[in-house]
Amino acid sequence: MAVIASIALLVTEHRSHRLDPLRATTSFLIDPLKYLVDLPTTLIEKTVGSISSYATLKQENDRLREEQFIDKTRLLKFDALERENIHLRALLENSFKLGEQVLVAELLSINMAPYENIVVVNKGTRFGVHPKQPVLDANGVVGQVFRSLPLSSEIMLITDPNHAIPVQVNRNGLLTIAVGSGQLNRLNLPFLSNNADIRPGDLLITSGLGGTFPPGYPVGIVDDFTPISDKPFANITATPKSMLDRNRELLIVWSDSTPIPLATPQTSKEKVIETPRDDKSTRSGLVHKASEVEQAGTVRDE
Amino acid sequence: MNNYHGFGRIILTIILAMCLRIVPWPNAIANINPDWVLLVLIYWTLAVPERVGIFHAWTVGLLTDALTGRLFGQHALAYSLAIYFCLILHKRLRQFPLPQQGVFIFLCLLLTQLLLFWLKNIQTPSQFHASFWLPVFTGTLCWPLVYTALRFVRLARFTK
Repeated sequence: MAVIASIALLVTEHRSHRLDPLRATTSFLIDPLKYLVDLPTTLIEKTVGSISSYATLKQENDRLREEQFIDKTRLLKFDALERENIHLRALLENSFKLGEQVLVAELLSINMAPYENIVVVNKGTRFGVHPKQPVLDANGVVGQVFRSLPLSSEIMLITDPNHAIPVQVNRNGLLTIAVGSGQLNRLNLPFLSNNADIRPGDLLITSGLGGTFPPGYPVGIVDDFTPISDKPFANITATPKSMLDRNRELLIVWSDSTPIPLATPQTSKEKVIETPRDDKSTRSGLVHKASEVEQAGTVRDE
Repeated sequence: MNNYHGFGRIILTIILAMCLRIVPWPNAIANINPDWVLLVLIYWTLAVPERVGIFHAWTVGLLTDALTGRLFGQHALAYSLAIYFCLILHKRLRQFPLPQQGVFIFLCLLLTQLLLFWLKNIQTPSQFHASFWLPVFTGTLCWPLVYTALRFVRLARFTK
């Protein structure tokens, strides 16, 4: 009987989403365990943080302030560019998407299963996380939400063998797909021909095709291009930009797909702010608006 | 005759085994991390077959599925089959010396791993490294350890 029940469960979950409530319920039982296992690491980190000396903190603070200053200056220019871009797109009669929000999630240091590049973070459906959301860190794309549970969610890294991400070569716009290799420091680009215009050092960015990942985020850097003369496709590998094995903080992104109406970018920002998802997430108090600066720029202009 | 060891101990050890399952070992150890949950389940089945049965194994398997992010039913199926064999053979197994038990444990773990491998391959065909089978061997090597530790847990009388 147990066998029949298991097989029934397997088939049902493989085919449909009907078992999601069951998974949510069991995760309430199981998730405390994940946090329990994560506890020692967190404790050690906190202790180290609280006993680090004044000098170290001061130094770090200075460095961060400097970094922030530089970034802010860059963002000033970014504002102008963004505006220009919107105008240009309006001229081209093309809609422009903006208004991405991010939620900072922290990695739980547990190991679900070997041979799978799946990590667990401490934010779940209670914060509005849902499957297929892109996940980033400060350097680039990390992966996408694979399964969201009430108290935690599972994130499939871009290097998972079952993961593929549509990318674009930043230099010339060449479109292709980067497939995970199973190793944390390698991506494969199996669908480019031997004479493709790509060379080591090229930056790969998300192309936005497929709809899961917003366009323009760095994914990786091509590090090897070996044409194979008797095969149709070349052997190309890339290194992910994000620090997949070192980060503990990740950003879960809501890409707001409300396009800006043509030629009137000023009026659109209210719409972006009023989306229901926005309201919910601001209530949770942990959402930072990535587009804050751009929107501030728009307000100033009015 | 078995009244003095409560259900609490069983549940506690299983929770501990689940924790061991997901502890973030360095990669080398993670690859050979044995299936602690199944080892603990097997022990309790052999020791108190009237308390731990297929249904428990199935439930624990389901929780393990949730824990390791598998499709529901994978571990449940594998565990209930393994525990079924344990239940059938428990009278003989209890008489066996440890090495002979080890052979049986090895077969049980192999069966489980085989089922998991097979079910995984149905979902997403992918090739596996040979080290996929290592947990079976380490699990067998860990059996005496689990056996003695749990025996202690079962027989120890904690003063009230």
